[in-house]
Amino acid sequence: MSTQASWRALDRGPVIPGGTSRAFVTGTWRTERPVLDLERCIHCMLCWLYCPDSSILARDGRVVGIDLDHCKGCGICAAVCPPRAHAIVMVPEGQP
Amino acid sequence: MSVVASSRRLGLTGNDAVALAWKQINPDVVAAYPITPSTQVVEKFSQYVADGVVQTQFVPVESEHSALSACVGAAACGARVMTATSSQGLALMHEILYIAAGLRLPIVMAVANRALSAPINIHGDHSDAMGSRDSGWLQFYARDVQEAYDLTILAVRVAERARLPVMVGLDGFTLSHSLEVVEVSSDDAVRAFVGPGPEDHYHFLDGPEPVTIGPLALPDSYMDFRRALAEAVARSAEIIAREARAFREHFGRAVPVFVEPVAMEGARAAVVLMGSYAGVVEEAVQRWRRAGRPVGLVRLVTFRPFPAEALRAALAGTEHVVVMERADTLSTLGGPLGVELRAALYGAGRPPAVTDVIFGLGGRELREEDLEQVGRLVDEAPGGVRYLGTGDDL
Repeated sequence: MSTQASWRALDRGPVIPGGTSRAFVTGTWRTERPVLDLERCIHCMLCWLYCPDSSILARDGRVVGIDLDHCKGCGICAAVCPPRAHAIVMVPEGQP
Repeated sequence: MSVVASSRRLGLTGNDAVALAWKQINPDVVAAYPITPSTQVVEKFSQYVADGVVQTQFVPVESEHSALSACVGAAACGARVMTATSSQGLALMHEILYIAAGLRLPIVMAVANRALSAPINIHGDHSDAMGSRDSGWLQFYARDVQEAYDLTILAVRVAERARLPVMVGLDGFTLSHSLEVVEVSSDDAVRAFVGPGPEDHYHFLDGPEPVTIGPLALPDSYMDFRRALAEAVARSAEIIAREARAFREHFGRAVPVFVEPVAMEGARAAVVLMGSYAGVVEEAVQRWRRAGRPVGLVRLVTFRPFPAEALRAALAGTEHVVVMERADTLSTLGGPLGVELRAALYGAGRPPAVTDVIFGLGGRELREEDLEQVGRLVDEAPGGVRYLGTGDDL
């Protein structure tokens, strides 16, 4: 809340609309970011399964990208990516 | 509309009376973990569940922390929810007590009041619930088994209208395990009084319009939620008064709330206490009255909201008050009731002197000679704090 709410409006307790974490950009916490090469991706979906932040974007059973607004750069996606596919690599933030 | 409902008289222990009230209320969810002396509430209620006479979802959990957590989740979904505990169980719930109140969930909990460890003790005093006094739960204390039954039913309506959780205290063993004759209303009358449940107030699990319950509140909003909670507890007094009137009209018998003055006409001194020892102390007060001593009794039923105004009114005209209580703040200032009563009286015209007598910790009996000592303190008005029945020179 950017302006202070009146307590008089809060008599029902702390209940707010759902899904507010979408608007809360946490991607700035990263020190490393995953770089996805869709040419190499075999769409095994392991990264999608393992990502603790639901930041692997998928459509129709195929990986389509990474949600960098919420990815924390933990590197799990790169670690579980099959070695021969090697479609995700972690690079330090600030480097292309 | 006044509906004086049919009733019958049954011999019930305090725990059985609470379980019977729960059966008649037929809550959506009960999650509980057994602990002496509240165990029989849940034991008896689980039999009602097994017999199929209630439709309650009964959740046998692995701790009191889990019990109240399950109650919080169910209440957040709009369910009517109950649990019971005592002593260490209530202490283990402590973290979740604040969450239940902060989320404004109308949970009703029976507390068979018992001493806290160490040393371990299973008997009655008010230390357990007094440890929860700042949690945002409303607190009622029964004088007898009838009140344990009636206050449980009243608590449902108060909780759902104030959107606050309520503890109904019954003194461990003195009430929880004592058989008394109770005027019991019919199942239909109780269900008509409590109504269909709190669903109208809570739509938290609404598919098309989901909500977040209890999000992070930072310095720009946390204090406003706490301010709103303070207001809700203070304003619950109006709701309690209204619902107690509705109770009397519906059931044809009164349920006492706030304070109950006894023999206070012309009294210049008063004993103030809560809970089951009101009966014994009332006997003594009536005896003192017959001997020409102007002493009365003021019993608190409601500790939260704290009935400061009703206490000031009941004690107006007294010169001396002896508070008798079964908990201690270890502050050298006495027990919680004495501390709060002094605060309520401070600045009120010519406030009476207050002597705080701590008694009955861990179920220690209040003996005839102890009451004689209380009578002497009433006359002498020494002020300060006294421990009764511990061999101290009073």
